[in-house]
Amino acid sequence: MPNPAKLALEDGTVYEGYSIGSDGEVTGEVVFNTAMTGYQEILTDPSYRGQIVTMTYPEIGNYGVNSIDIEHESPSLAGFIVREDSRIYSNYRADGDLHDYLTEHNLVGIAGIDTRALVRRIRTEGAMRGVLSTTDLSDENLVRKAKDSPGLVGRDLVREVMPSQSSTWDGKLDEWTAKEIGGTNRSADGTHIVCMDFGMKWNIPRHFASRGNRVTIVPGDTSAADIMKLNPSGVFLSNGPGDPEPLDYAHRSIRELLGDVPIFGICLGHQLLALACGAKTFKLKFGHRGVNQPVFDLTTGKVEITTQNHGFAVEEESLPDCLEITHRNLNDDTVAGVRHREQNAFGVQYHPEAASGPHDSHYLFARFQEQLQ
Amino acid sequence: MPRRDDIKKILLIGSGPIIIGQACEFDYSGTQACKALREEGYEVVLVNSNPATIMTDPNTADGTYIEPLTWQMVEKIIEKERPDALLPTLGGQTGLNVAMDLQANGVLEKYGVEMIAANAKVIAKAEEREQFKEAMEKIGLDVCKGRTVKTLEQARSVLSEVGLPAVVRPSFTMGGSGSAIAYNRNEFDGLVQNGLDQSPVTEVLIEESIIGWKEYEMEVVRDREDNCVIICSIENFDAMGVHTGDSITVAPAQTLTDKEYQRMRDASLAVIREIGVETGGSNIQFAIEPNTGRMIVIEMNPRVSRSSALASKATGFPIAKIAAKLAVGYLLWELPNDITQKTKACFEPTIDYVVTKMPRFAFEKFPEADATLTTQMKSVGETMAIGRTFKESMQKAMRGLEVGAFGFGSDNRDAWGTDAQPDDHTIRAKLSTPGAERIFYIRYAMKAGMSIDEIFELTRIDRWFLDQLIQIVEQENELLKLGSLANLTHKQMWEAKRNGFSDRQLAKITSSTELKVRATRLEMGIKPVYKSVDTCAAEFEAYTPYYYSTYEQEDELPTKTDKKRIIILGGGPNRIGQGIEFDYCCCHASFALREIGVESVMVNSNPETVSTDYDTSDLLFFEPLTIEDVLNICDAIKPDGVIAQFGGQTPLNLARGLKDAGVPIIGTSVETIEAAEDRELFQQLIEELGLRQPPSGIARNMDEARREVQKIGYPALVRPSFVLGGRAMEICYDQSQFDRYVAEAFIVADGQPVLIDHFLEDATEVDVDAVADGTDCVIMGIMEHIEEAGVHSGDSACAIPPFSLTQPILAEIREATKKLADRLQVIGLMNIQYAIKLVEGIPTLYILEVNPRASRTVPFVAKATGVAVANIATKVMTGMTLKEMGVTTEPIPRHVSIKESVFPFRKFAGVDIVLGPEMRSTGEVMGISEKFSVAFAKSQLAAGTVLPESGNVFISLAPRHKDSVASLGRSLADLGFQLLATSGTAQKLRDAGVAVTQVKKIAEGHPNLIDHLKNGEVQLIVNTPSGKGARTDEGKIRAAAVQCGVPCITTVAAAEAAARAMEAMREGPLQVESLQNRYANS
Repeated sequence: MPNPAKLALEDGTVYEGYSIGSDGEVTGEVVFNTAMTGYQEILTDPSYRGQIVTMTYPEIGNYGVNSIDIEHESPSLAGFIVREDSRIYSNYRADGDLHDYLTEHNLVGIAGIDTRALVRRIRTEGAMRGVLSTTDLSDENLVRKAKDSPGLVGRDLVREVMPSQSSTWDGKLDEWTAKEIGGTNRSADGTHIVCMDFGMKWNIPRHFASRGNRVTIVPGDTSAADIMKLNPSGVFLSNGPGDPEPLDYAHRSIRELLGDVPIFGICLGHQLLALACGAKTFKLKFGHRGVNQPVFDLTTGKVEITTQNHGFAVEEESLPDCLEITHRNLNDDTVAGVRHREQNAFGVQYHPEAASGPHDSHYLFARFQEQLQ
Repeated sequence: MPRRDDIKKILLIGSGPIIIGQACEFDYSGTQACKALREEGYEVVLVNSNPATIMTDPNTADGTYIEPLTWQMVEKIIEKERPDALLPTLGGQTGLNVAMDLQANGVLEKYGVEMIAANAKVIAKAEEREQFKEAMEKIGLDVCKGRTVKTLEQARSVLSEVGLPAVVRPSFTMGGSGSAIAYNRNEFDGLVQNGLDQSPVTEVLIEESIIGWKEYEMEVVRDREDNCVIICSIENFDAMGVHTGDSITVAPAQTLTDKEYQRMRDASLAVIREIGVETGGSNIQFAIEPNTGRMIVIEMNPRVSRSSALASKATGFPIAKIAAKLAVGYLLWELPNDITQKTKACFEPTIDYVVTKMPRFAFEKFPEADATLTTQMKSVGETMAIGRTFKESMQKAMRGLEVGAFGFGSDNRDAWGTDAQPDDHTIRAKLSTPGAERIFYIRYAMKAGMSIDEIFELTRIDRWFLDQLIQIVEQENELLKLGSLANLTHKQMWEAKRNGFSDRQLAKITSSTELKVRATRLEMGIKPVYKSVDTCAAEFEAYTPYYYSTYEQEDELPTKTDKKRIIILGGGPNRIGQGIEFDYCCCHASFALREIGVESVMVNSNPETVSTDYDTSDLLFFEPLTIEDVLNICDAIKPDGVIAQFGGQTPLNLARGLKDAGVPIIGTSVETIEAAEDRELFQQLIEELGLRQPPSGIARNMDEARREVQKIGYPALVRPSFVLGGRAMEICYDQSQFDRYVAEAFIVADGQPVLIDHFLEDATEVDVDAVADGTDCVIMGIMEHIEEAGVHSGDSACAIPPFSLTQPILAEIREATKKLADRLQVIGLMNIQYAIKLVEGIPTLYILEVNPRASRTVPFVAKATGVAVANIATKVMTGMTLKEMGVTTEPIPRHVSIKESVFPFRKFAGVDIVLGPEMRSTGEVMGISEKFSVAFAKSQLAAGTVLPESGNVFISLAPRHKDSVASLGRSLADLGFQLLATSGTAQKLRDAGVAVTQVKKIAEGHPNLIDHLKNGEVQLIVNTPSGKGARTDEGKIRAAAVQCGVPCITTVAAAEAAARAMEAMREGPLQVESLQNRYANS
C-alpha cells in the first residue's frame, strides 16, 4: 500500500491521495500543465522552481524516464501531482521508472486526487499557494502552512536555479529534432552565442549548438561588460522561474547590452527584455502552461502552436514606443512576442525550443541566427 | 480573411448506404458540413442514396437528392443545379470516388465546378500507392518497403530488399483474400505462386512485414494559409495486422515520449503539406517498431474519416464542421471554438481523460466467413467510452459493446471457472490469432497466470495496456476473496468503481445481484460524477454540455432549469439489425423536444452518430447503455420522462429495469411492449380483435418442438425468442431440416424458448408504420415488400405506395392497424408486419408481428412521404395529440419510393448470399421516381447492382419456382437478352418456346457456368435457392457471382421487378429531382 499524501490550498481545500515520490512536505504555488506528453521535460524545467505542478492528463509515467529527455540535470519544481501513476513503463527509450526518478531526486509527489477538480479551482480562483505533504496529514495544519508559505510575487527564484559560474556548452539536439531542423554537426562558422542563464532549459543551447554556434553559458547576474568581454555574436536571455520584476541586475545588463549585440529572449528572457526597455509585467491569473497554446504572428498572419510555461506576462499598455508587438497569444490576446524598433533585439513569451511540445516555432532560432554579428 | 464570395452554391456528395468501413460517421460529418455551410449563407445541394440519414432530411440542405451515387447521376444533378463548387472530402471514400470520376469524365470542367478542399491531383497523390510512396520518400519519411511483381523471379529479387518475414498480397482479389506472411524462402515461393494464380491480373505485392508493430493515427486539420493543427492522436491497442477499424483504439496515444510524439506530429504536418490537401481534415496512419522506434507512414486519407469522427467525439473538436468552413476560405484562427466560446478553433485539443473505442462484429451472421481479423475491415459498428483512466474507460467500453460483457470479465459471458473454461492451448491459439474474442482470451490468459511478457509475445499488444488489464484482474482476484457483498468495504467499492467495475461485475464477484450492489453502493454514498468534454482539460470554461461519468470528487453538471427534461436512450454500437435508422429517430426525438421547449438529453455510446454530436441535444451523456449507467444519469438529472422506443432493441431491453426502478418511461407503456413480445398474450389479443395470425407455437425442448410443428404444419419458421435481426431464424420444409434448425435455435436461444410459426409461402409481406396518441392512430406509410414473405424485412426491398395490393386489402390493413393501436394503447410509433396470402383464391391478411416502437423503416417512410414521422411521434409521447398537430390523414405520395438493402458479402468471401429470415444487410438505399420500374432501377443502381442493358442472363430456379420460368424467361428474352440455363430449366424454357443456350452444371465438367462467369460471359444471374450453403453448387455460383461482380438476384419477385426496371431504363435516361421539389409538387 502506498503512503497517504495530502495537498492543501490556501483557500482551505484539501485533496487526499497517495504518495508517489519521497516522503516529505513542500510548499509552492500550485499550477497545472495541460500537455499530454513530456512529463520528464516538465519535471526538469527549472522554470517550475517554487511550484507544485499538476498534470491535467491523468495517465502519467507510462513511458518511464530516460537520460535524454531532460531539460536540466535534475528537477527544480517543488512537487508533482498526477491522477494516475503507471505501475510499469513501456517504451524502448526508457531506462527507468518515474517513481524511482522522483524518489532519487527527493521529490514529493501525490497521485489519486481529482486533478480536474483542482484545475477547475485554480482556473476560477487563480494560482494558489499550497502545501503537499506525506508527513503531516492534519487538514488544519496543512491549510495554515499553505497560507503561511511565501508566494512568487517579488521573489527572486532565479538565484536558486542559475549556475554559479560560466561554462561552455556542446550538447546537441536529439537525432530526430536535429534532422527536422536540417542536419546536425554543421561546422561552426565562428558565431558565438552567450546565454544568460536564469534557469535555462537545455534544449535551447542544444538548438544553438546544433546550428553550428559556439555556446557559452553565463550566470544570469553577469554584467554586460563581462558578457561583452566574451565577444558574443549574439546574447540569449533564457527562460527562468517566477517574477521577472525583482531581477534588477538582469534589467541593467540587458539595457546595457541593447544595441551592442543582437539579443533574443525566451519566456522570462522576453519579459526581462521588455522590462529593460521600460515595460511592465503583471501576474496572470493562473498562467499558460501547456503545449497547445496558439500564437498569432502579426508579421506573417500565421499561427504557430507553442509550448508555454509562464505565470507572468508583459503588460501591453506599458509597452514603450521602442517595442513593437510581433506575436499575440490567440487564446487571451496577451503579448506573446516583441521586437525592438531600433535595436537588434526580440523576445517571445513562449518556448520555440519546445521540449516538450510542438516544433512550429523553430524558425525563431533561424531568425536569431541570421542576426548574429 | 472572410469566406469566399465567388461561390454561392456548393454540392456535397454523401457516402451512400451503410457498409462495412463506411457507416454513420459520414452522416455525422455530412450533416455538420451542411449546417456549417448554410450558416455561412451558401446554398447547399446534397446527394446521397441513403434515406436513413439526417443529412438527407429535407431541411438539412437546400436541395436534397436521394439518388444513386454514380458520376452519371451526379452529372445530372450538376446539370440541373449548376453548383459553383464541389466539396468531395466529407462523404467518405464513396464521395471521393464519385468526385474523382466526375473529374476524370470532364463533368466538372464542362460545368465549371471547382473542387474545393482537395482537388483531383491531391486526392490521386494520397490514394495511389506509387505516387504516395514517392511523395513520402521526397520528404524523407519511411514507407513500407515493397513492390508489385508479375513473376516469381521478380518476387525473389524484391525479397532481397524487404527481407523475411514478407507479406505477399495478390492484387485485386475479393476482400484482400490470399494475403499471407512468408517466414521462410520455401513458404515465400509457394505463396507467391499461389498469389499469382489467384490474382485476376497475375500480380502480387511483396512487402516487408510490419505486423506486430505499434499502430498510431493522427488527425490533422489545415487551412489555406497553411495553419495546421493536430486534433487527436490515437494509439491502437491491437498491433499492426488488424485493420484500425477492427482494432480497439485509445486516445490519446499512451506510450509515446514527447520526442516520439513530436516526430510523428512533424511527419503528419509534412505529409499533409506534401500531399497538398488544401483545407480540411486528414488522417495519417503510422507504424512504429517497438524495439527500435523505426517509424513508417502507412497511409493518408485526404478527407474526414471514421477516425476523424472518433477524434471529434473524443476531444469535442468538430472536425467536419471546421473542415467545411475552411473549405470556403475561413482560416482556423478566424473560427471560434464552440466549446469554450472565448478561444479560437486554431489550437490543439488536450484531454484529461482516456477514450477507448471497441469494434462490434457480426460473424454469427456469416458462419462461413473467416473470422480472423486482418487488414480487411470486418466489424459492423463501434462503441466509445470515456473514463478518467484507461482501466475505467476500457471497462466502460466493454459493457457499452452490448455483447453480454459487463466489463473485463466477471460477468455472465465469463467462462472462467465454468465448464467452458479454455485450456492453455486454446488460450495461446486465441491470443496469437487476432479475432473478435481475443480480448476475452487475454483475460483468461491473465487468470491462468500467464505473464505480461508471454501475452505480449503472442499478441504484440503493448505491455502498458496489458499491465493495465492485469491490474483489473488483480483487483478482481482480491475482491473474490471477500466471499460476500457484506464484506466489501467502502474503500474497496470506491477503488473498484474508479477502475470501471460495473455493479453487475461486482454482483458476480460477490455472488450478489446488481440491484443489491447498487443499493449498497448508494448507501455508502458512492455514485458517479459527471465531467465535461471540453477540448482543453478545463483550462477554459466549457459551454457545451457534453458529459461522461467517472468516480471522482467533483461533479460538473449544471443545475436543473424550469424546463421539462426528457432523456432519449440511443441505440449503442451499430450492428446488423440495429443501425443508423434508429439513430435517425433519436436525433429527431431530440429536435422535436427542443422545438417544443423541452430540454433534450441524449444518452448513447456510438461515436459515429449524429446523436452524439454535442449540439444535437441540450445535454449529451456519452455513456454505455446499461441499466446501471442510465439509472445513474436519471439519479443525477432527474428527468421528467425517458424515451426508450427510438433506439432499437437496446433501450427496449432496459425499459423494464428502468421502470421498476421508478424511471418515468414515456409513450407506449412497458407492459404493452412486453405484451406485444409475449406470444400467448399476443395470440389472445389478436383473437379478441378478430384478426388472423399464422398458426404458431412455443417450444422449450426438442420434443415440444416436434409436437408443435405437427400441429402447425410445414413449411415452418423457426426462431429463438428475444433475439434481434432474425438471428438463427430458418424456414423448414421438412422434418430433417426442422430437427437441424431447431437444435441450432435452442443453442442461440440460450435457455429461452424457441418460436415456431407456420410459414406463409409465396405470401406478400407488408410493413406499416403508424403513429398513435391513445385516441387516434394515423398511418404514416404502407410498404409492400418486393421479395415474398420469408426474407427478413430488413433485407427485402419495399415500395411506398404499395404496387399490387387491392383497395379492399389496403382498407383491411388500415383497419387492423388502428384496431391494434387502440387495443395496445400505443403512444408513439408502431410498426406492424403483415402477410397477404391467397387462401383458396382470396387474398387473406395475416399479422406477423407488432412492434410498438420505432422501426427500421421510419426514416424511409419519412423520406418517401415528406412527413416528419419521428418528430410527430415524439411530440405525441410528450402528451400532444395528433389532432392538435393537425396530423389526421395518411400521407400518400405521388411518387414511388423503393428501399433496397445493401449487403456486406464482398467483405466475406465465399459466403452464400441467399436471402432468408436472418437479416444480413448493413444498410439501405432508396430510389424515387414517378414510375415503379424506374424507382426500382434507381434503387438497384444505388445499391451497386448494375443491371445490364444487354448480354447473357443465366436463369436457374428452384423446383418450387418452376412455374415462373417461362414468363420470366420470356420477358428477359423480349428485352433482347440471351438466356443461359442448365438442363432442367433449359428444357422448361424450350417447352415454352423461349430460346435458350444450355450450359454445363459444375458437376458436368468444363466449361461450366463458373467458367462462363469468370470469362465475363454472364451479365446477370437469376438463381432462386433450393438449398443453402456455400458448399452447394448453387451456393458456389452465387459466391462466384459476387466475386466476379455480376449481379445475382435470388428471388422471382426481384427478378420480375428487375425485368421491369431494365425495360424502363431503355425508355429513356433516368431523371433526378430534389426531395424539396417532389414534396412541393405532391
